[in-house]
Amino acid sequence: MTAIQTLVWIVLPYVCVVAFVVGMVWRYRFDKYGWTTRSSQMYESRLLRIGSPLFHFGILMALGGHVIGLLIPEGWTSAVGISEQLYHVVAVTLGVIAAVMVVVGLVILIYRRRTVGRVFTVTTRMDKLMYVMLGAVVLIGAFNTIAINLLNITGAYPGGYNYRETVSVWFRSLFVFNPDANGMTAAPVSFQVHAVLAMLLFAIIPFTRLVHIFSAPVGYLSRPYVVYRSRDPQNAAQAPRRGWERIGS
Amino acid sequence: MTRIMAQVGMVMNLDKCIGCHTCSVTCKQTWTNRRGVEYVWFNNVETRPGQGYPRRYEDQERWKGGWQLNRRGALRLKSGGRLKRLASIFSNPKLPGLDDYYEPWTYDYDTLISAPPMDTVPVARPKSMITGKDMEIRWGANWDDDLGGATENGHKDPMLKGIEDQVSFEFEKAFMFYLPRICEHCLNPSCVASCPSGAMYKRSEDGIVLVDQDMCRGWRMCVSGCPYKKVYFNHRTGKAEKCTLCYPRIEVGQPTVCSETCVGRLRYLGLFLYDADKVLAAASVENEQDLYEAQLDLLLDPNDPDVIEQARRDGIAEDWIEAAQKSPVYALAKKYRLALPLHPEYRTMPMVWYIPPLSPVVDALANTGHDAEDQGILFAAIEAMRIPIGYLANLMTAGDVAVVDGVLRRLAAMRSYMRDINLGRDPDESIAQSVGLEGEDLYEMYRLLAIAKYEHRYVIPAAHREAAEALEETPGCSLDYDGGPGMQGAHVDRKGPIPVSIESFHLAKQRASADQHAGLPEAGGER
Repeated sequence: MTAIQTLVWIVLPYVCVVAFVVGMVWRYRFDKYGWTTRSSQMYESRLLRIGSPLFHFGILMALGGHVIGLLIPEGWTSAVGISEQLYHVVAVTLGVIAAVMVVVGLVILIYRRRTVGRVFTVTTRMDKLMYVMLGAVVLIGAFNTIAINLLNITGAYPGGYNYRETVSVWFRSLFVFNPDANGMTAAPVSFQVHAVLAMLLFAIIPFTRLVHIFSAPVGYLSRPYVVYRSRDPQNAAQAPRRGWERIGS
Repeated sequence: MTRIMAQVGMVMNLDKCIGCHTCSVTCKQTWTNRRGVEYVWFNNVETRPGQGYPRRYEDQERWKGGWQLNRRGALRLKSGGRLKRLASIFSNPKLPGLDDYYEPWTYDYDTLISAPPMDTVPVARPKSMITGKDMEIRWGANWDDDLGGATENGHKDPMLKGIEDQVSFEFEKAFMFYLPRICEHCLNPSCVASCPSGAMYKRSEDGIVLVDQDMCRGWRMCVSGCPYKKVYFNHRTGKAEKCTLCYPRIEVGQPTVCSETCVGRLRYLGLFLYDADKVLAAASVENEQDLYEAQLDLLLDPNDPDVIEQARRDGIAEDWIEAAQKSPVYALAKKYRLALPLHPEYRTMPMVWYIPPLSPVVDALANTGHDAEDQGILFAAIEAMRIPIGYLANLMTAGDVAVVDGVLRRLAAMRSYMRDINLGRDPDESIAQSVGLEGEDLYEMYRLLAIAKYEHRYVIPAAHREAAEALEETPGCSLDYDGGPGMQGAHVDRKGPIPVSIESFHLAKQRASADQHAGLPEAGGER
């Protein structure tokens, strides 16, 4: 294994995890005020109404697919009687649907962000970087699903590439602190690029608006409708944190 | 079993509102002169009939704000259940767009002084405060002020539904009045119920509804959930913001900025004691026109010994109970039944109340040469002039004309009764009896409505004293937190921003009238 391979498949994952965890803790600790979806729906809602649900529901499907594909060993699904053939058909079918939803949704959203003047003016540099990273991850992921697994355009993997024997093994090995890069080095280039970009994307999540992923409001389903809270006099004496802009700014 | 809570409420006497927008402007200067909330008016003044701000916000068939009863008679948010709300989180289907409010603008004033010599007069072009580009002004926060454009847009007022044929926008026949609006600080707030993050809350001490800026994640469901459209989305920070009832002022016993600066002195602030356990039942009353009575029933008599006893048990301080007994809002809403809630049919139990204006009736009479203070003529006119009364009923009693009629009669009786006194004649007690009151009541009403002394309009107890000390005059430096640069002690000079309130009305007054020097630390001198 070359030094580069060690760096990319063994060092980089941990660097990204550290950046992600430390970044999230830092952001939560010091910038709860900035922790928001920063919705631009007020400016424009016609395109958003189509693009946003397409993208978000698609990405949730894709997330589910990744969890199943990466975390559950092939041996487990075989043990309960799911053949590789059947697994592949289901995964590719749902994967293609998710890929189309995510790509179409993202294209609509990026088109909207660029062409609607009001939305474009509130787009930060971090947003742009995030869009490039996310777009790259999504496009290459969609390419893997559609071009390699469904259409087999390279001709190398008739019947689809079984990432569960390579990529998934590497992925799980990271979590038991016994990283095994062999799985990744054997994977097709497009899978390798997807994995690297995804790791980098995770590393920058704490510093982007993507933090809103981690505030999915599931607690809403069980809490009482009206929330009462007591005035907390302690707050008044504390140093002002980041908050509303001072007047005149 | 009852559970008594205190609520700071407001009453506005619409008869006195001259539509000067001073409340809106001072509120804006205080709270929303920042980026991201350029379009936001926590306080706005609408001319009615008119579309309001944002446009047609009262059309709940479109916006789905507030509550409704489902088929089983249970109270549900009009926009649907919890799962439906979470499912529509990626694109809120009922969010007003910027154009439903208006695109905020400023003028390129600099051109006026920096333009080079030229043949034509330089012009300050309107510039969008959103994009910074030139824009054409097509709508504003009070575009239909004073019925402007009513011949074209007047019929778009959702409250004209059912009385379209009776309301005319012809100049001679038109009527109008002003409706200043702030957050209603409802007892059953649908914005709070809509918030997926649980960032919105009602303060248990004073009932003020606030948004926790650290917990808000910008899902925007509160904006849709509020039928009054008084929660706003800060489009720069991505957080919801709303009228805070100027809580830093209320906590130290000062009236809100809108009240303090009101030119017509039409606002009243005080406490209600209410039964928190009965709110849900009251909001679930089947007939919409019974909601007003149900809401009144929630308000407890602060002079009733049982209520006082229970209030003490529920931890309400003595000075707050005392303030509730002197509360002008309780007197106007419940004792004299002059103030009505705005849109009780939204089932949110709003706590900003309005005394409907008698002036459209009086104006119409005066214009036709009648004596507008003669009781007989006034009563007859109130009965005959169904137009404004039907409209007022749509706003304040879910269409129940009789309630508005009763309020206007009591106001008319007060006018006639007081005229006799002012002219040195014997007061006619039959006037009072005709509206089921005593002459003394009418005189009290007159004191409260017409004389309206500052200390009668605003009866605001300071926040709990023991807790309040931390808020008010202790010189706690803002850098004084544990390990902070100022933690040496209390004697450092105050540097940096002063937290929450800068002055306490009560303590300043106490200090001014005290026999002995209060021994306040030096830092107090800076203020």
